[in-house]
Amino acid sequence: MSLWVDKYRPTTLAKLDYHLEQAEDLKNMVQKRDFPHLLVHGPPGAGKKTRILCILRELYGSAAERLKVENMQFETASKKKLEILTISSNYHTEVNPSDAGIHDRIVVMELIKATAQTHHIDVGQKEFKVILLSNVDQLTRDAQHALRRTMEKYISTCRLILCANSTSRVLPAIRSRCVRIRVPAPTGSEIKNILHSICKREGLHLPDEFANRVIEASGRNLRRAILMLEACKVEQCPFTADQKITEPDYQVYIRNTANMMVSEQSPKVLLEVRNRFYDLLTRAIPCDLIFRGLLKECIKNCDDQLKREIIGIASEYQHRMIRGSKPIFHLEAFAACYMAIYKKYIESSLEGFM
Amino acid sequence: MHAFLKTGKLGAPTDVKKPSTSRAKDDKKDLTPWVEKYRPKNVDDIVEQTEVVNVIRQAMKHGDFPNMLFYGPPGTGKTSIIHAAARQMFGSMYKDRILELNASDDRGIQVVREKIKSFALRKANPIGPDGKKCPPFKIIILDEADSMTGAAQTALRRIMEKEAHSTRFCLVCNYLSRIIKPIASRCTKFRFKPLSDEKSISRLEYICNEENLKADRSVLEKIVEASGGDLRQAVMCLQSITRLKGKNYEITVDDALDVIGLIPDEKINALWEACKKGNYSNVETLLENLLLEGYPGSQVIEQLNEKVIFSDELSDKQKVIIGDMLGECDYKLTEGSDEYLQLLSIFSTILIAWKSS
Repeated sequence: MSLWVDKYRPTTLAKLDYHLEQAEDLKNMVQKRDFPHLLVHGPPGAGKKTRILCILRELYGSAAERLKVENMQFETASKKKLEILTISSNYHTEVNPSDAGIHDRIVVMELIKATAQTHHIDVGQKEFKVILLSNVDQLTRDAQHALRRTMEKYISTCRLILCANSTSRVLPAIRSRCVRIRVPAPTGSEIKNILHSICKREGLHLPDEFANRVIEASGRNLRRAILMLEACKVEQCPFTADQKITEPDYQVYIRNTANMMVSEQSPKVLLEVRNRFYDLLTRAIPCDLIFRGLLKECIKNCDDQLKREIIGIASEYQHRMIRGSKPIFHLEAFAACYMAIYKKYIESSLEGFM
Repeated sequence: MHAFLKTGKLGAPTDVKKPSTSRAKDDKKDLTPWVEKYRPKNVDDIVEQTEVVNVIRQAMKHGDFPNMLFYGPPGTGKTSIIHAAARQMFGSMYKDRILELNASDDRGIQVVREKIKSFALRKANPIGPDGKKCPPFKIIILDEADSMTGAAQTALRRIMEKEAHSTRFCLVCNYLSRIIKPIASRCTKFRFKPLSDEKSISRLEYICNEENLKADRSVLEKIVEASGGDLRQAVMCLQSITRLKGKNYEITVDDALDVIGLIPDEKINALWEACKKGNYSNVETLLENLLLEGYPGSQVIEQLNEKVIFSDELSDKQKVIIGDMLGECDYKLTEGSDEYLQLLSIFSTILIAWKSS
């Protein structure tokens, strides 16, 4: 038994639920001889992967769905051995090169070379294979530079589909070599239709009000919305309008941490907050999420000038965190800095009263 | 056999696979990007850059060339002009007489010492195989020369002088400042300016004609405007649209915007107005929605920059504050920071800047 997210994932371009016009365009493109390199980008849970899989199916038929998992081995210049997990069918290979860390260049180049050097034997199929690279925005500069030459060189036997959350960090040279497909997050009503149709197929009744709340909590992330709905089903089966929606634990935890910082500013609280950060980090919550969550709560009752200041330090420390090695220092620094600024602000406004 | 040796290693793989000749040929024609397909074949085809073209034409008449350094923004025809000139001069000998290296080839000091040197040492015959006269030199094109390391450039100095009797160098780069002085002083420098909108549009119209595309002039104008004088990008964009929409389709402005990745003006304006009114929570929700639509942060910064610079309402001081922030955030974004945080910090700065006026 699979999760609803997988069970109700559309498998062909014709079955997609939203961005219909785009689906039509994609279909158009697939049917033509010159299939270009693609760069698919959009926020998480918008359906990038679904669209890519549909394109693959459209290109190669159902054979593209017979997947096998393989460990590929690469050797770096310093004779270090790398193992990367790839998922492939006869016609395509999917890999997440950022798994290899700083050695991603080797992975990208070797993989493309290996794939491009062999040809299909069966005549009926397209004459190229597809390599699907996910998280391209995490690739190092080096790998991206290597990519641009290989993309051109092997175009006759191999096409790339790149998948990223944002194109900000993708080199302009690569962007200009691909056809860019932007996948916006589905709107509230689109998500609602999907939730309703899923419930219908499962034979459940979904109260409108409850659906609205699920959508609100999901933040226009379709995957999260469906997962939440399924989680709710496990808790209480015939849905009721005022049913409790379980938020992800970490969100609640981050929010509480932020509230602690707002309610009292002292070294003692800082110590506690620090422990909570450790908790979050050991549970592998991405630091970006922690930063966002904290900031959102922290600036709720500040005036504009103070907001500006706090957003400023948040962006500064977040940047340092990316550059630095250990996120905990920067989270802590942000917390301390925030407390100092906030306390000063409260004190100065109290002085005004007296 | 001879032909095989001539084409060298890179040409070989294309020879190996030959499914069915006639179809393969059609494929090739279909598959070449328009950027290559419509690259000018002849020096006279080149639009704009009249001074450079004149100098080159003169040089071709005398059958001699100086060492040259082309610099200017991307997509202005630097590489095209040297290829076209070489093709005209050498004719069938074209492939033999040219060594082209660009940034994606390895171009460390080792390559300069071995590959470039050995090519430079080869003697060029003044008479071609067909008995006609042919200029007695070879051309080495170093594309994207500004990405060569300093050491590699230094190694080039002496080679350039020593082999002057049989080899001409043509360096192509975006930024003159990244070429070391001694190299720059050994070359005749040509600056390429961005193409005027008029010329770019007429080129695009020509391509549309050749490819049977229907596009309104206003659409082409928008494409050219968005590409900022970069003809290559404009052509790429045109081709991307055709790939998505098919040939018999009237291209609209919205399609063009979507393919180029521009954010519609009204979205930026809405954010701008919200900042002006000083409504923070409004800014926050608008920004969240903008990112959910999948627009990249770097693009937001680019378009904001345009808006700030040409705004009449802001004082110079406000522009400085905002501009400073834009620069900093752009840097942080390329380093991989979180888009939401960085953009939020930009917009909150703008908000404060408005208040302080």
